[in-house]
Amino acid sequence: MKKEKDITGSPNGKHSGKPSSAQAVWQAQFDAAAKLPGANDRTISDHPLKPLYGPSDAAGIDYERDLSYPGQYPFTRGIHASGYRGRLWTMRQFAGFGNAKQTNERYRFLLAQGQTGLSVAFDMPALMGYDSDHPRALGEVGKCGVAISTLQDMQDLFAGIDLGRISTSMTINCTAPVALAMYIATAEAQGVPQEKLSGTLQADMLKEYIAQKEWIYPPEPSMRIITDMIAYCSRHVPKWNTISISGYHIREAGSTAVQELAFTLADGFAYVEAGVAAGLDVDDFAPRLSFFFNAHSDFFEEIAKYRAARRIWARHMRERFGAKNPRSWTLRFHTQTAGCSATAQQAENNVMRVAFQALGAVLGGTQSLHTNSLDEVMALPTEKNVQLALRTQQVLAYETGVGNVIDPLGGSYYVERLTTEMEEGAEEYFARIAEFGGVIPAIHAGFFQKEIADASYRYQREIENGERIIVGVNDFVQEEEHPISLLKIGREIELEQCARVQAFRASRDSQAAADALAALVSAARGGDNMMPHYIDCVKKKATLGEISEALVPVFGRYREPAVI
Amino acid sequence: MARPIRILVAKAGLDGHDRGAKVIARALRDAGFEVIYTGLHQTPEQVVEAAIQEDVDGIGLSVLSGAHMTLFPRIKELLDKDGASDVVLFGGGTIPNEDIEALREAGVAAVFTPGAPIAGIVDFVRRECGKRVEV
Repeated sequence: MKKEKDITGSPNGKHSGKPSSAQAVWQAQFDAAAKLPGANDRTISDHPLKPLYGPSDAAGIDYERDLSYPGQYPFTRGIHASGYRGRLWTMRQFAGFGNAKQTNERYRFLLAQGQTGLSVAFDMPALMGYDSDHPRALGEVGKCGVAISTLQDMQDLFAGIDLGRISTSMTINCTAPVALAMYIATAEAQGVPQEKLSGTLQADMLKEYIAQKEWIYPPEPSMRIITDMIAYCSRHVPKWNTISISGYHIREAGSTAVQELAFTLADGFAYVEAGVAAGLDVDDFAPRLSFFFNAHSDFFEEIAKYRAARRIWARHMRERFGAKNPRSWTLRFHTQTAGCSATAQQAENNVMRVAFQALGAVLGGTQSLHTNSLDEVMALPTEKNVQLALRTQQVLAYETGVGNVIDPLGGSYYVERLTTEMEEGAEEYFARIAEFGGVIPAIHAGFFQKEIADASYRYQREIENGERIIVGVNDFVQEEEHPISLLKIGREIELEQCARVQAFRASRDSQAAADALAALVSAARGGDNMMPHYIDCVKKKATLGEISEALVPVFGRYREPAVI
Repeated sequence: MARPIRILVAKAGLDGHDRGAKVIARALRDAGFEVIYTGLHQTPEQVVEAAIQEDVDGIGLSVLSGAHMTLFPRIKELLDKDGASDVVLFGGGTIPNEDIEALREAGVAAVFTPGAPIAGIVDFVRRECGKRVEV
């Protein structure tokens, strides 16, 4: 960026040159003006803001070094030379509820409505490694996602959907290798070889210990499982995104934007280090790492966050890890609008929140987007509300024109300054994490958990004391609410699903399943890649719960140090 | 001087969403109550056992996984069975209005949904759980 004369200077008094009289006049007028109350001098993340940004704020930026052109290192302005002109973002609504058959109907509905990718939401038992008929699954089956315990469930989930043509994202972590194994086996039964599969597995265990809190084994064996998956996929499922390194849940747990950025990228670097330590060449697996961020309400802060994320990843991958393949340098990401920003009060207002958040994600250059439905703060969304959420993306894509110009906010004094500050804030966190000896020791020390809890409590207090206005919650309150009809998942779904799982177990060759499980355990005890054994287990009809439980004697069970 | 009100903030079932539980735990502590947090993934039996051992005046249960219609009634049932019917059971989470009515009928004293002001929750605890302190 061409250096220009400082015309606005800084309200903090850091002038790089003599202020022009226009700047002095503005400053005097600003200082004299009455100000509105409330937290308008900082972002929603408590990041300090000036009232005005100018050339001096962008003065340190070297265009080629810090921004460059879209598709070029360090990718601040985007990873594709053609931006959204070459290809729109993927409209991918996260969906799953009840049993596999019900969710399959929802998928077909969404595809018929113009959705361009699938995203599977699993229920809590599947996410935690329990079959639907396990006592700990009582009351949870099909409630916050689809119930998947067996290969049959997975086959029913994708019935009539050609896995060779669609890309599928699966939000699953500690049981991710089981889900991947079932997906590969389902595709094979459809006649689609694993080499042709495209999609994403979340499989980001580090953020589970930090924020989402779904786990079976402790962090160390979880990293082993993930590196086995990465190694397997880089050879056999080359189009698969092996991990979706996720900031979404960190933000939902209450972090600031900088914490989301820093903790997510620190997790990403930890996976790269683990892959390299396992003997993989960084360029063999880094191109398949993908990311997942939150789209929160502070519009410019979010855009700066996405831009900073691309730049930080590129710099670390090239400079620190010595990656040679430009695809290893590019940070590709999915975005979901912030569930935690939605309100139960006047829930229709969530439609507007989602639209602005989605706009921020698109201006930040997302590759894929989920827009939340207005009712998700109370239940899983109804078909009608999902359709409205999807239409929000379509209006954005086809009517507003925001995708016509690449990185349209690039060069904004404010956005560039904030992008730089986001990067600096993240680097400070990387240094603090390094002092613990890395991400896993910092998890054991409760560092991330404490940082997030502090931030979420500060934010809540700002709402409580009225410094921050949440429309319909602490201002513009309305006594009478318009009733909203919600999706109900009945108890009969659970009973029916339990019966299906039991029938599945009764119909199989139990010895073959037991032998496959024994081979998996043996691989876990030794050093063999576990992934082929996971696939063999699901093909021999071992269930998700059985596979998960079989490894507990080898790996142990994680217990969180509960801190408030 | 009366002893401080004691509250067990609980997470039951497989749900890992602990943001709300932690915010409430801190807010109740800041309001002068004694707060015990169960940690994640507790069974209803573990929650009630902890409540009785710690002799709490109230249990604040947080459920965001949709399993509220199973977990709340089960905890209430165990409290009654173990002679701890006077422990006030309340809670919050992603819970639809029509379920709230059913939960209240099942003996849950109050259900707070996302966006509920903390001040209101503190007032509720002081008023309802305070009754047990005075007795």
